[in-house]
Amino acid sequence: MDSASHITLAALGQQLLVGLSRTTILFIVSSGLSLILGVLRIPNVSHGSLYMIGAFVTYSVATFIGGQTGFWVALAVAPVAVGLLALAVERGIFCHLYEREHLMLLLFTFSLMLVLGDVVKLIWGSDYRSLAAPPMMQGSFSLGGMPFPRYNLFLLILGPLVAVGLWALTNKTKIGKIARAAAVDREMVAAMGINVSWVFAFVFCLGCLMAGLGGALVAPTQNITQGMDHAIIMEAFLIVIIGGLGNMWGALLGAAIFGITDSIGILVWPQFAIVFPYVAVTIVLVFRPKGLLKSTW
Amino acid sequence: MLELTGVHTYYGLSHILFDVSLRVERGEVVALLGRNGAGKSTTMRSIMGLTPPKRGRIVYKDQDITGLKPHLRARLGLGYVPDDRRVFADLTVGENLEIVARTGHGSDQWDKDKVYSFFPPLAEIDGRQAGFLSGGEQQMLTIGRALMTNPDFLLLDEPTEGLAPLVVRMLAQQIQSLKQTGLTVLLAEQNQEVALGLADRGYIIDNGVIRYSGTIEDLRADEEVRKRYLMV
Repeated sequence: MDSASHITLAALGQQLLVGLSRTTILFIVSSGLSLILGVLRIPNVSHGSLYMIGAFVTYSVATFIGGQTGFWVALAVAPVAVGLLALAVERGIFCHLYEREHLMLLLFTFSLMLVLGDVVKLIWGSDYRSLAAPPMMQGSFSLGGMPFPRYNLFLLILGPLVAVGLWALTNKTKIGKIARAAAVDREMVAAMGINVSWVFAFVFCLGCLMAGLGGALVAPTQNITQGMDHAIIMEAFLIVIIGGLGNMWGALLGAAIFGITDSIGILVWPQFAIVFPYVAVTIVLVFRPKGLLKSTW
Repeated sequence: MLELTGVHTYYGLSHILFDVSLRVERGEVVALLGRNGAGKSTTMRSIMGLTPPKRGRIVYKDQDITGLKPHLRARLGLGYVPDDRRVFADLTVGENLEIVARTGHGSDQWDKDKVYSFFPPLAEIDGRQAGFLSGGEQQMLTIGRALMTNPDFLLLDEPTEGLAPLVVRMLAQQIQSLKQTGLTVLLAEQNQEVALGLADRGYIIDNGVIRYSGTIEDLRADEEVRKRYLMV
C-alpha cells in the first residue's frame, strides 16, 4: 500500500511537470495572441496557422541540416521566418485596413487562416511529419523513480525565460512602452507624432513570431500535421480569455491552468482527459467572467 | 502661422463645425472661447487631424495640412493637449514623457529635466503610474508631454477645466511663461478670466459657428457679446 501511494505521488509529480512543460508552449503561443489582442484589438484567427507553419518550417530546416545542430538552427530560423511572413502580410494588406471597421480586420485574419492552411497543404502535402528531439535532448532522466523527458525539462526552463524576456520587452524598452500606450489610446500616441501604424506592425510581427516559436518548440513533441492550427487556436483563445485579454501574465496563468489540468486529467481519468481543461475554463469564467487578471480592454 | 479656411467637420453624420475660419500668427496666444459643446474641441481635433474636416483648408507654416495624418502634423511642430487629459494611464509619469520625446527646430530644447523644472510637482512623482494622478497633476503631465515633442505651436484644449483655483492660477502663469519663450498657442477655454488674461486675440464659437473675432481689449469691452455667447 505504501509503495502504491508513493508511485501515485511520483506519477502526480511527473504529470505536473509534463503539464508545466506543455504550459510553456501554450504560454508562448497565447502570449503572442494576447499581445496582438491587447494592442491592435484584433483576435488574430490566423495565429494557429502561423504556429503550424512554424512547426513545418522547423521540421524542414531540421531535417535538411540534420544532426545535432539541425534542430537548433531550425528553432532560430522558424520563428523569424514566421515573423517575416507576418510582417509582409501586415505591411502588404493588413495595415491598409486599420481605419476600416473592426469586422473587416477580423474577417481578414479569418481568411488568412484559410489561405495559410492551403499554403501548408501545397508545400508540405497532407501527410503528417514527425521530428525527433535533437540528440542531446533525447532520452529521460530519473525523477523520484519516474522517467522525465529531457526535452520537457528544456521547455520547463525556457518558459520563464521567455516570459521574463517578453516582460522586459514590453516594460523596459521604448517601443514596448509605446505599444502599451497605444493599446489604451492609439489616437493620443499618434497626436504625439508617433506613427502608430509601425507600432502595430512591430506588435503584429512580434506576436506572430511567438506563434512561430511555439510551433518550433512543439515540433519534437507531437505529430506535425494539418489541423494542429485549429487545435491550438481554440486553446489559445480560451487561455487568453481566462487570463484576461491583453495581459501577458494572464496568458501565463491561463496556460498553466490549461496545461496542468490537461496532464492531471490524463493521470486520473484518461478517457475524459480532454474535458478537464474545459471544465477549468468554465469554472474560471463562472467566477471571473472578465478573466483572472486585469484585461487591457 | 496657422490658418483655417471654411472648415466643416462632422462626427459621423452630425455636422459640428460650420465654415470655421481662424488665423493664428507666430508668437500669438489666441483664445477660442465658447460654451460646452460649442465646437472648441472639434476645432482642435480638426487642426490635429484626429477628426479631419470634410470641407475646408488648414494651412500650417505655409503648408496645406488638410489631408495629413495626425502623427505627421505633430512632427511639423503641432503640440496637442487634449481636453480630457488623456495621459497614458498604464505608464509612469516619466515614461509618459520619455516615449514621446522628439527634438525640435529651436536651440532651446525641452527634455524631461526641463519639464520637471517647469512643473516641479511632476519631478516628485516620476515613478508613479499616470492613472493615479490628481487632475492638476494629469494636466501638468499632458502639457509636459506635448512640450517633450518640442512643438512650436501648442493646441491647449481647456487646460483649466475642473481644476482648483490655485492650480488654475499656477497653470495660467506657466502658460504665460511658455508664451514668453516664443511658443504660439491656440487656447480653447470656457474660463473667460484665464483666457482674457493670457490671450492677444480671441474668437468666440457657438454652435459650431465663429461668432466673433477681435482683440482681447475689444472682447473685454464688449460685454454684450460675451453675455450672449459665453454666459451659461
